[in-house]
Formats: sequence, structure tokens, C-alpha cells
Amino acid sequence: MKRRDFLKATLGSTAATLCTVAEARPNLDPAPQAVGMLFDSTLCVGCKACVSKCKQVNDMPPVIDGDKQSWDSARDLSGDTLNVIKVYREGDAKTKDSETNGFCFEKRSCMHCVDPGCVSVCPCNAMRRDKLTGIVTHHADVCIGCRNCMVSCPYNVPQFEYNELFGQIQKCQMCNQAGVERIDKGQMTGCAEVCPTGSTLFGSREALLQEARRRMELKPGEIYNYPRGDVRNPYSYHEKPVPTYKQHIWGEKEAGGTNVLHISAVSFDKLGMPPLQERSSASIAETVQHSVYSYLALPALALAGLSYTVRKNIREEDNGGEQ
Amino acid sequence: MSNHQALGGRIFTGPFFVLLVIFVIGGVFMVERFTEGMGAVSNLNGGFAWGIWVVYDVMIGTAFSCGGYALAFMVYVFNKGQYHPLVRPAVLASLLGYALGGFGAFFDMGRFWQFYEIFIPGNWNFNSVMLEVGLCVTTYIVVLALEFAPALLEKLGLDSLLKALNKVLFLLIALGVLLPTMHQSSLGSLLIAMGHKVHPLWQSLHMQPLLALLTALIMGFSIVIFEASTSAVGFGRKSESPLLTKLGKVIIGLLVAFLLIRLIVLIVQGKLGLIFSFDFASMMFLLEMALFIIPVFILLSPVRRERGSQLLIAAMSMLMAGTLYRFSAFLFTFNPGPGYNYFPSVAEIMITLGIVALELMAYLVLVKILPVLHHEKHA
Repeated sequence: MKRRDFLKATLGSTAATLCTVAEARPNLDPAPQAVGMLFDSTLCVGCKACVSKCKQVNDMPPVIDGDKQSWDSARDLSGDTLNVIKVYREGDAKTKDSETNGFCFEKRSCMHCVDPGCVSVCPCNAMRRDKLTGIVTHHADVCIGCRNCMVSCPYNVPQFEYNELFGQIQKCQMCNQAGVERIDKGQMTGCAEVCPTGSTLFGSREALLQEARRRMELKPGEIYNYPRGDVRNPYSYHEKPVPTYKQHIWGEKEAGGTNVLHISAVSFDKLGMPPLQERSSASIAETVQHSVYSYLALPALALAGLSYTVRKNIREEDNGGEQ
Repeated sequence: MSNHQALGGRIFTGPFFVLLVIFVIGGVFMVERFTEGMGAVSNLNGGFAWGIWVVYDVMIGTAFSCGGYALAFMVYVFNKGQYHPLVRPAVLASLLGYALGGFGAFFDMGRFWQFYEIFIPGNWNFNSVMLEVGLCVTTYIVVLALEFAPALLEKLGLDSLLKALNKVLFLLIALGVLLPTMHQSSLGSLLIAMGHKVHPLWQSLHMQPLLALLTALIMGFSIVIFEASTSAVGFGRKSESPLLTKLGKVIIGLLVAFLLIRLIVLIVQGKLGLIFSFDFASMMFLLEMALFIIPVFILLSPVRRERGSQLLIAAMSMLMAGTLYRFSAFLFTFNPGPGYNYFPSVAEIMITLGIVALELMAYLVLVKILPVLHHEKHA
């Protein structure tokens, strides 16, 4: 009898919700005026001018490894390093851009996902995607430090300052955070500005994607005029024979795409890029969450059903009803 | 009026002192965490941002504290009033477990001094599973405190307050069933956004909330059996065996549902081959399966089910199974990518043990001074 009441209430509320179930949330689209960067691994010579400029713009100290005092030795992203150049080495590491017996360089910094997991999971809206530019910024003033952004970032980009008692999350904000605002002022990112080979290019996502596609079409060995700076308005060019690119523009589609694109002659799994599907994890998580919590309808109905059932059962028990 | 009584007796017993020592050691590291920072005491890093503080204290600790939830379901929703004697001790254990889970979460909070930002509606991100967990767990701690309040009010003889509370008790109990359903399933949903970092054998995507909820109920019922059996032995009280036996039958359904869903997900996702790769993850998976299957065999047999010792083995197996499921998904097989490793530091372990010791001490003291356990003659 009571069980039937409960089942009725539950089934009723479930049916009601199923009718209003949120449709699967697809991947987000790129922001209308999305800006980003294109990193061409084959152009990078590992000079780390970008690392140094990044620290200057963000006012961060160099990381010193042992007695190599002369340069920044950061090996990975941290609370003090928002951009880092890593090296790939295989075999005797003699040939640049060769997967076997070769080496190449790879940049690690925020990819500025089109559908960012960090923004989706943050309980307090401390991670934000700019509506116009798609730049993902962090706002420590409302952050509680739960670090859900860190575990949900496919690239391990957000970094917490563990070594400080009153630390905060640090990440690349594409030089557009309050107080810097290089993009809003019409400048480009620090790392793109100082890159001597145009390995890091700044520009709109659309223009960068076009440039990347153009390079995919080039024949290995032919001479190409590589731009430096902003791909839409390069400050200079240099000529260089075209390497054998992998036919893969990282960030075109991965987990909904990224505003920072990478191309390379070494496959991305060897460069430590994560195994991602085209659908973003954020879109799946939000679909599940909104199916259950849309306008709190299901919980509210469940609470009504439960209150009714519990109240009835308590009364019967108080009246010495059946056990 | 109440069928509950305080146990009485000495508070400063041997076990109490052992727990006190553990708590004091943990306490030293707790002070260090809040003076030197998290980096000084923990091995957390850029890839493993969640260590044992989150995974044990919150993900697993709260599942251990689902006794109140599981029993509220039985007693008040399915109207199985005969389980009533088990409710109050279970609610106390739940209250302590959740409160200390919240305490643990505070240790882990990188920006603890502005924890209140999550309670400011203007900040809320309704896409965030963590928001649901944070708000829901906090509310549930308050609800548990109110559910347990009658024990304190009886002791203090505050009858008018007790009457007022009894009038809204139905609402509290309804919330006590709804809220854990919400946040325990959400603890599973947290894994969805973690994507490829969660090992394929544990990345069930859409099924994460359901699997998490089932483990919460399984662990909730198991902890009731475990607590009732151990307090029968430890305090020399009469066992509630017949009741526990019936509880065992309910659990079979939950176990079978969990195992079926777990396996069907792996079949649909085409991951069955991973089970037999015999690497670390596959071993953890097989161990987890064994721990879930052993209790099914014990509980299916009417003879074994009747024996307190067998029931206790089943309960412990299920507690370990649920613990392993969550540990594996969030930590053991979690893979943020090359270059990152994590093993908890001594300080992290001692802080977690200190919190558990505090919880057990509080339970031991409170059942002695407050009317929590049921009168023997009714049992």
C-alpha cells in the first residue's frame, strides 16, 4: 500500500521530468571573434624567448634548476610558469622533426578550449570564457581553491600555488587579464610578439586555422614564406623549406576544439597530447547534470513525494499502525 | 517516550586514548597545513590536484556515512518500522562522518579563507557538479544535525522544542533521503568532466551518477550492519541479528543491479578486453568485482545469512568494494598524463587518520552520554 504510494509519486515525478529532459548539450561553438595562437613545432628552435617574455608580462620569477643560473629552467607549468617549451627526444636525437633518432620542441600553455572543462566545472564562476574573444580567464577573488578545474583540464593547465599559504590558481590568460589587457589594446600575446621564428603566431582562430590548413597542403621541401607576429598582419617573414607535416591540426576538433592550435612533424601522442574524442567532456557532464537538475524540477517533485510518504508512514506508526 | 538510552560508563578507555594519540599527531600536521601551506605537508601536484583528502575524506568518507540515508529509506519510505532501533545510531554516525568530511574538504580547500564564496548565489555556476555537491552536502549536514537533535533535546529535557521539531520531522527525513540521493550521485558525475584522465574501466560517462548512487546505498547498508555487529560485540549488547539478516536481502538487489550495470556499460563501450589485460588497472577491477560478488554469495544462502559472522564478512567486503571502486576511479588508476606521480605524504595520511580518529572518539563519547542506542528489551 505505502510502497505503491511511493512508487506512484516517484513514477509521476520521473515521467514529468522525462518530458522536460534537457536535450543533449552539444559542444560549444567558437566565440564570434575568437582569438588564439598557432604553434608550429617545426619552426621552434627552443630559444625560450616566449617563456622569458611570459614571465615578464605576468611578473613571475624564473625557475632555477641547480646551478644553471643563466636561464629559466622551468620544466613544466606551475604557479610560476604559464608557458613552457618542452623537448621531444628519441634515439640519438640528431635529426630535427624526426620521430626516430630525432628531436623537436613543443609548447605547453593554456589551449583556450572552445568548450573549456575548467569553466564548466567551476562552482563559483571563477573561470570564465569571454563571450567575444573566447579567452579563458581566471578570477581568484571568487575561487575557493577546490581545484576541480585542474583535474578536469585535459592539458593540466591550471596550476595551484601549493607553496604559498594563501596561494591561487595560475594559468595563461592570453595576456588579456585585468591590468595587462594586451589583446583589448590591439597588441598580440607576449609569446607571439617575441618569437623569432614565427613558431608562435597570434591571430583570429579563423585566420590561424586557414594558415594551418595552408601549411598542410604544402609539399615537403618547397620554400614557404613563414610569417612572424600576427598572422593577419605579420611584421616580417622568413623563407624556409617545408618539413613533412603530420596531416593533423591539433585543436581543430579535439574535445570541441581549442583557440590555440598546434601543428607538428612528430605525432601529437608522442608530444604528450592527451587522447581526446571530438565531443567535449564538459558537454557530456552538463547534459547529465541538466537532465536531473533542470530548474530543480525533479528534486522538487521528489521532495514533495517523499514528504507525503514519510509523513503518512510516521502518522501510521504513531497510531500504532502496522509494523 | 523514547526507547533509547545512554550507555553510560567510563569515557577515558584504552581505545579512546589510542584514538586520542592518533588525533594529536594528525593535529600537529593540521596546524602545519594552516601555517606553512598545502605544499609543505602534501604531495599534491599539478597533475594530481586531488589526493587522499578529497578522495578519502569526501568521496569515500561520506559513502561510509550513508547509513542514515539507507535506513531512512527503509524505515520511512518503505515503512519498514522494525528497523527503527538502528536509525538513531546510524544518524549519529552519518552526522559525524559528513561533518568530518566537510572538515576534510576545508583542509583541502586551496583558498579556505574565502570558502564562503560558494554560498553566494551571484557566484553560482549551474553547470557545475561541484556546486551541487558543495551546497547539497552542506545542507545535508544541517539536516543530519536536526535529525539527531531529538537525542540531545531528550537528554536536556527540552520537551517543547522536541515537540516542535517532531512536527517538521517528516520534512527533515524527506530531505534526509533526497539530499544524499542528489550529492552521492553527483560524486559520480564529477568523474564525467575528468574525461580521459579517468581509466576507461571506470569512465562510464552517463552511468557515473547511477553507479555512484548504488555504491552509496550498498555502503550505507553495510555500515549499518558493521556498526550494529561491532557495537554488539564491543559494548557487550544483544545482537540485532534477525533485523540485519533481513537487511542483507535488500542489499542483494543493489549488488546485482550494480554488477549488471557495470558490466553492461563495459560491453556497450566495447571495453571488455581491458578487464583481462592484467595490468594494474585490470587487477584493481578484478579485485573490486570479487569484493562485490563475495557478499552476493554469502547473502544468497539462507544459512550463511543467519550467521552474524558471515554477515559481518559480507558487510566488510562491500565496504571495501565500494571504497576500492571510488579510490580506483579518482586516484589509483587516475592518469593525468606523462610526468605526474602521486603517493600521499605521511602528513596527508596522518591528517586523514586524525580526522577518522576524531570521528570515532566523538561516536564513543556521544553514545555513552546521549540516548542513542536502543533499549535492549526492544531489540
